Amino acid sequence: MAGVDQTKIRNFCIVAHIDHGKSTLADRIIEKTGLLTSREMQAQVLDNMELERERGITIKAQSVRTVYRAKDGEEYIFNLIDTPGHVDFNYEVSRSLAACDGAILVVDAAQGIEAQTLANVYLALDHDLDVFPVINKIDLPSAEPDRVKDEIEDVIGIEAQDAPLISAKNGIGIEDVLEAIVEKIPAPEGDPAAPLQALIFDSIYDSYKGVIIFCRIMEGTVKKGTQIRMMATGAVEDVVEVGYFGAGQFIPCEELSAGMVGYITASIKNVKDTAVGDTVTDNRHPCAEPLPGYKKVQSMVYCGMYPADGAKYPDLRDALEKLQLNDASLFYEPETSIALGFGFRCGFLGLLHLEIIQERLEREYNLDLVTTAPGVVYKVYKTSGEVIELTNPSNLPDPSEIDYMEEPIVSAEIMVTKDFIGSIMELCQERRGVYLGMEFIEENRALLKYDLPLNEIIYDFFDALKSRSKGYASFDYDIKGYELSKLVKLDILINKEEVDALSFIVHADSAYERGRRMCEKLKEEIPRHLFEIPIQAAVGGKVIARETVRAMRKDVLAKCYGGDITRKKKLLEKQKEGKKRMRQIGNVEIPQKAFMSVLKLDDKK
Amino acid sequence: MTKNNNLEIYIHIPFCKRKCRYCDFLSFACSENVQKRYMDALKKEISAKSIKYESYVVTSVFIGGGTPSIVDPFWIKELMELVFDKFTISETAEITMEMNPGTVTKESLGLYKDAGINRLSMGLQSANDRELALLGRIHSFQEFLSAYASARSVGFFNINVDLMSALPRQSVESYMDTLDKVLNLSPPPEHISAYSLIVEEGTPFYVAYEKGELELPSEEDERLMYEKTEEILKLHGYRRYEISNYAKEGYECRHNVGYWVRENYAGFGLGAASMIENQRFSGETDLKKYLENPLAEREAEVLSLEEQMEEFMFLGLRLIKGVEEAVFKETFGKSIDDVYGEVLQKHCKEGLLIRERGRVFLSTRGLDVSNYVMADFILS
Repeated sequence: MAGVDQTKIRNFCIVAHIDHGKSTLADRIIEKTGLLTSREMQAQVLDNMELERERGITIKAQSVRTVYRAKDGEEYIFNLIDTPGHVDFNYEVSRSLAACDGAILVVDAAQGIEAQTLANVYLALDHDLDVFPVINKIDLPSAEPDRVKDEIEDVIGIEAQDAPLISAKNGIGIEDVLEAIVEKIPAPEGDPAAPLQALIFDSIYDSYKGVIIFCRIMEGTVKKGTQIRMMATGAVEDVVEVGYFGAGQFIPCEELSAGMVGYITASIKNVKDTAVGDTVTDNRHPCAEPLPGYKKVQSMVYCGMYPADGAKYPDLRDALEKLQLNDASLFYEPETSIALGFGFRCGFLGLLHLEIIQERLEREYNLDLVTTAPGVVYKVYKTSGEVIELTNPSNLPDPSEIDYMEEPIVSAEIMVTKDFIGSIMELCQERRGVYLGMEFIEENRALLKYDLPLNEIIYDFFDALKSRSKGYASFDYDIKGYELSKLVKLDILINKEEVDALSFIVHADSAYERGRRMCEKLKEEIPRHLFEIPIQAAVGGKVIARETVRAMRKDVLAKCYGGDITRKKKLLEKQKEGKKRMRQIGNVEIPQKAFMSVLKLDDKK
Repeated sequence: MTKNNNLEIYIHIPFCKRKCRYCDFLSFACSENVQKRYMDALKKEISAKSIKYESYVVTSVFIGGGTPSIVDPFWIKELMELVFDKFTISETAEITMEMNPGTVTKESLGLYKDAGINRLSMGLQSANDRELALLGRIHSFQEFLSAYASARSVGFFNINVDLMSALPRQSVESYMDTLDKVLNLSPPPEHISAYSLIVEEGTPFYVAYEKGELELPSEEDERLMYEKTEEILKLHGYRRYEISNYAKEGYECRHNVGYWVRENYAGFGLGAASMIENQRFSGETDLKKYLENPLAEREAEVLSLEEQMEEFMFLGLRLIKGVEEAVFKETFGKSIDDVYGEVLQKHCKEGLLIRERGRVFLSTRGLDVSNYVMADFILS
C-alpha cells in the first residue's frame, strides 16, 4: 500500500433518517465495487451486530474499504464510514463525520426530509463535508422525487436537481452514485511526511489483538513499530499492526499514510485508552497539537440495574465489564438498594443506549434484569456550598440541606406535518417545553423548536410523539445546559414501607400526576396478598396519592381428581416459581416488572 | 414404606351429546358406531392390562366421562361383567357411575343397578333452567327430578348431585334456590359436590370471558355463595370433607378420597391416568390412536421421593381433616417438620394452617386460598 495516490481516495459516509435506506445503499456500494461476491454478502454487511440488524439501526461505527474502477478507467479506493444513526450517539456521529471528506445524503423519495436528516446534514456541513443527495426508493408508488429535490434545495440549500434517483433495495441507479462519489467527493489532503496526526473515530476490543483503533490519518504515516500516543488519554504503546477494512475482516498492510482510513493495533487492553475523538500521534515525533473536537463522553441517563436473581450479581458485573471493553460510553458502579439488593448504577448516552445495553445483557449474557426508573443527572447545590451531581434519587440530601437544584435542558427540533402541529405543541407544553419558534420548511411541514428538560423526554417522549402525530413527527435534540428547576423526590410506599428503588426525581408540578399514575400502575402489577396493601406516593413525607391492592379472597382449585394431579402440580410449581421471582419488601412480594412501571406511565389502556 | 394392595379403577367414557360451555374435560360428541368401537377397545384394554393387577383388591370403580350414560346401557353391563370377571372386587367396593339427567330412563337405571353399580353421580349443576341453558346443559330441572325419582325407585341409595355456583348472571338468591330444591328432594342426596365455576382455557366460556362478555357474579357474591354452601349444607346434616365435597356421615366418596390419600389407581380408556406404586402413567388422549392400539404402553413417570411428599401434602390438604403427621413419617421416613418445618410455621402463623392432635389441616381462611398455601409445599 506504500505510495498510495491520494487523489484516488474517497473517504465518505452516508447520512440519512432511520429507514431511509442507508444500510441498503451501503450494501449495494460494496456489492457493485466488486470486492464481495453476491454470495458473500450477508444482508446489510455493515450492521454486523445481531441487535443492530434487528432494530435496523447502527450502534457502532463501521467501516469498509472497497475498490471501484470508474468510467474514467482509474481505480479509486472508497472508504465508506458508517455512522451511528441515533441522536443518543451524536458525538460518535460527529467524530465519524470528521473522518470523512464528503457525505452522501439519502432521502426517501416518498417521505422527504425528516428532523434527523436535517440534524445529520447540518452536522456534516458543520464539518465542512461536501454533501451530495441521492433520492432513494424511487420505485415506490408514492415516490415524489421532484418534490423531494425541491425540498432539499429549499430546506438544506444544496444542489439537488442532478441527484441520482435510485432504489437501493432493487439496485437501481447505483452506478450513478458510484460515479458521483468519484466526481463530487474531494480527495483527501495531508502530508505523509508530516508528524503523525490520526483521528480515532471508533475502537473495538478483540480478545486476540486487544483494542483495535479505527482511525483516519490526517497527517503523517503510521506503521508497525511506531510508538504511538493517544493525546487526550496519554496512553503510549508500540504499534503491532496496521491495516484496512475488508468487508467484515481486517486486512493488514505496510503502513497507513495521510488521507487513508484504517486500523491500528498496539496491545492496548482497554477501549477507555482510545477514546473516540482523541488524536493518535507518534510519541517520538509528535504533532504540535491534537485535532479539534475531542470531548469526554458523558452519560446522560442513569438507572439502576440489578440481577433478578441476587446470586447472579457476579455474572452481571462480568457482563458489564465485557460490554464496557467495547463501549467506552457505558458507565457503571456498584450500588446497593434495600429493595433490590446488590446491583449497579449505570450511565448511558440516552434511553436507546440504555435499552440496547439492557437487551444485550439479557440476550447475549442470558441475564434477567430488574431496571429502575431511568433518570438524568441533576445538580444539587447545597447550602454548604457543595455541589452534588445526583444520579441516584436515593442519594438526594435532606431538603433542609438543599439550596437549589438544576436539571439538564435540551434544545429540540421537531419536524411535523401541519395537521399535527397543535397536538405536538400540546405535548411539548405538557413536558414543560419552552417554545422557541417555528419555521415552515415547506407548505405542509414545520420545524418546531423547543427547549425541553431532558428528564421529560427520556421516558416515553418519542413514543408519545409518534402516536400523537400518527408517526409523522421526527425529533432531534442537543444538550443545551443546566437550568434552575423546582424538583422534588417522589417516594413510593408499599404497605407503609418506602421502596428506594421506586423513588424518582420529578418536577414539583408533575409530582401529583406522576404519583397518581405510578400508584395505579403498581396496583395493576402487585398481586393480591392475604392482606390489603396500600400503595402511596409521597413527597417529603406527605402522601399525595394512594391506591389499594385488595386482599386476596380466593385462590383455590375447585376440582382435583386422578387425572388432574399432574396439571395441578404444574400450576402450583408455576405459582411457586412466580413467588421466587418476586422481591420481598417487608411482607409484600413485588414482581420484578413493577420496578419498571414508571417507564410505562403513558400507555393508556 | 408400607405397601398396600388396594386398587381403585377409573374407566373413562369420553362421549357427550354435546359439550357444555364450561367443560374442559376430554369429551366430545360421537356417532354410535365410534362409541361401539370405543367400548370394544376399552374392553380389550381392561382384559389385557388386568393381568398386571392380579395381586390387588379393587376397593372402588368409577365410570366417569364425558357422559357414561350416553352409551347403550347394555354396553355398560358388559363392561362391568368384564371388570368383575378380571379383577378381585372387594365385597364392599364403591362402584360409581356418572350420568347426565337428560340421558337416562327408569329402564337404563335398572340395568346399571343390575350391572353392579351402587352409587350414582348426577350432573345437575343448577335447578334454574335459564342457567342450565346458559351452561349448555342438555337437560331441564324437571328431567333431573324424574331421573332422580327413577334412580331412587330402582334402588340407588347412594347418590351424588353435582352443583355449580358463581355461574354467569347467577344471583345469590338463585343459587340458594338451587340448594334449597336439592335439599328438598325426597330423600335428599347422600352426597353433594358443589363447585365454584372455574373459567378454563379452551372453553367457549373462556372465549366469552376474554371478550368481556361473560357476566360473572361479583367477588362478594361469589364468596357469599361459597360461604352459604357450607353453612346451609351443614344445617342439613352434610359434612364438608373436601374443598368442594359434602356428604352425609359415611357417604364420602371413597374413590375420590383415594386420590387425595394417594391410593393406587388404574385408569382405563381415553386419557385416563394411573398411579401404581408411585409410578404415574398418562393416558392416550388421541381417540384414533387409542382405537388403533388400546394396549399401547403408556409413558411412565417415576415419582421421586420429593414429588411424593409434594403430592402427599397438596392432595392431602384438600381434605378438611388434612394430613396425619404420623402417616407422613411412616411413609417417608422423615418427620414432616424436617421437610416442611418452615412452611408449616409460616402458614400457621398466618392462620392458614392449623396443627392439632397430630394433624395438619387448612383453616377456613386457608381453604379459601389453598393454592397459595399448597404452592409452598412444592420442594424444587
